[in-house]
Amino acid sequence: MAKAKDTVSRTLMVALVLSIVFSVVVSTAAVMLRPAQIQNQNLDIKTNILSAAGMLEPGTSAQEIEEKFERFDVRLVDLDSGEFVEPSAVGVQDPMKYDMYKAASDPQMSTNIPSSEDKAGIKRRPNVAKVYTLSENGELVRVVLPIHGYGLWSTLYGFISLEGDLNTIEGLGFYSHAETPGLGGEVDNPRWKQQWVGKEVYADSPSEPQIQLVKGGVNADARDKEHKVDALSGATLTSRGVQQLVNYWMGERGFAPFLKKLREGEV
Amino acid sequence: MAGSSAKQVLFEPIFSNNPIALQILGICSALAVTTSMSVTIVMCLAVIAVTAFSNLAVSLVRTQIPGSIRIIVQMTIIASLVIVVDQILKAYAYEISKQLSVFVGLIITNCIVMGRAEGFAMNNPPLLSFLDGIGNGLGYSVMLLFVAFFRELLGAGSLFGVGLLPVVNEGGWYVPNGLLLLPPSAFFIIGLAIWGLRAWKPEQVEEPDYKMSRHKAKEAF
Repeated sequence: MAKAKDTVSRTLMVALVLSIVFSVVVSTAAVMLRPAQIQNQNLDIKTNILSAAGMLEPGTSAQEIEEKFERFDVRLVDLDSGEFVEPSAVGVQDPMKYDMYKAASDPQMSTNIPSSEDKAGIKRRPNVAKVYTLSENGELVRVVLPIHGYGLWSTLYGFISLEGDLNTIEGLGFYSHAETPGLGGEVDNPRWKQQWVGKEVYADSPSEPQIQLVKGGVNADARDKEHKVDALSGATLTSRGVQQLVNYWMGERGFAPFLKKLREGEV
Repeated sequence: MAGSSAKQVLFEPIFSNNPIALQILGICSALAVTTSMSVTIVMCLAVIAVTAFSNLAVSLVRTQIPGSIRIIVQMTIIASLVIVVDQILKAYAYEISKQLSVFVGLIITNCIVMGRAEGFAMNNPPLLSFLDGIGNGLGYSVMLLFVAFFRELLGAGSLFGVGLLPVVNEGGWYVPNGLLLLPPSAFFIIGLAIWGLRAWKPEQVEEPDYKMSRHKAKEAF
């Protein structure tokens, strides 16, 4: 080792030059790739919404996804009152830009859930949620609602899609979770998700969701079979989490006030 | 290492001096990202790119790096490359980058990358170091693909997401082995692979640390 390159000034010089060179490399990459990344993220969310609504065939191109998604109205809903709010109320122009999960960590825009009511295990709930409605010829045919809650290892984020009667489930899917692959991770299995189609959320009262995940499959002659879904085998806690989070979000603290108003045509 | 030919540098790490099997480096990502072939391939490409270019960059500046900060310099180079790779994946392979999640970032801590930068690139010319990076990346990839092949085939009944063994859940006959989808199974497969490799190339077997001496004293009855 030559002495010349080990002096303090030389060391500082090398460190400085290196830091500058590589910060330029990293920031150039970040800035140049940003638009493509944002496009991917948006497309991903739209894909998940369409797939929960059962409007997505495998191999749909990005452009078709955009076109199909165009038919949805993106609206913001105040969860307590169940009424639509203007995007400006949460400080955005375009409702698509509102991030309800970011809002959930902002004390101004969210409420604490008392632990007795926190079935979904999410601790805080945003005051305003983003919903997607689809109307055909002035008639509401489909509502896609965001849901999330804790499973075994992770928070599951997904969407549930309801038919125009706001009771029948049209589809359900999670786009982000870290449950055990092969066990809890089977929430992504299309065959399992298929079971949800046609199930009914509510029985008599429009604020008490009845969804149950049961062990051993659902017999054709089982009682309340319209509310029951076969649990995931080997994933008791993930199944319990899914049941709890669906019931939480469909309940009084979730979207029930909104759905009630929507059903009565008040909003 | 001095005087090694380009061919040696490129191909030796694949079987003769495999970073995972012989040096037991880079195990953590071998456990985490080998549940499906397609994810594994992307991870392997990312690691090959990072080892190759970090070796190249370290080797280019190796005569300038002061000894006292050389590890930090190497880390800076590696970390920057990893961030660039991560950004590229997010932009062009979004689905797979979501599945790889934090493990792309964790390439920074992959001992193979750092080990080659410190052990090889610091003392060798750029082109040779670049090839060494590719070679070690390939050695890592061969092992990972081997593990992923068995894990995906036996754990999920498919390869590259294409169903090969009809699974019971979907009306077939194959009961998937859930263990193979969990990280410990990669340990078993790597262990068996190392066993197989050393049976094939016995020179890889390490000398025992000590030998038992023969019994001399008679034990009391």
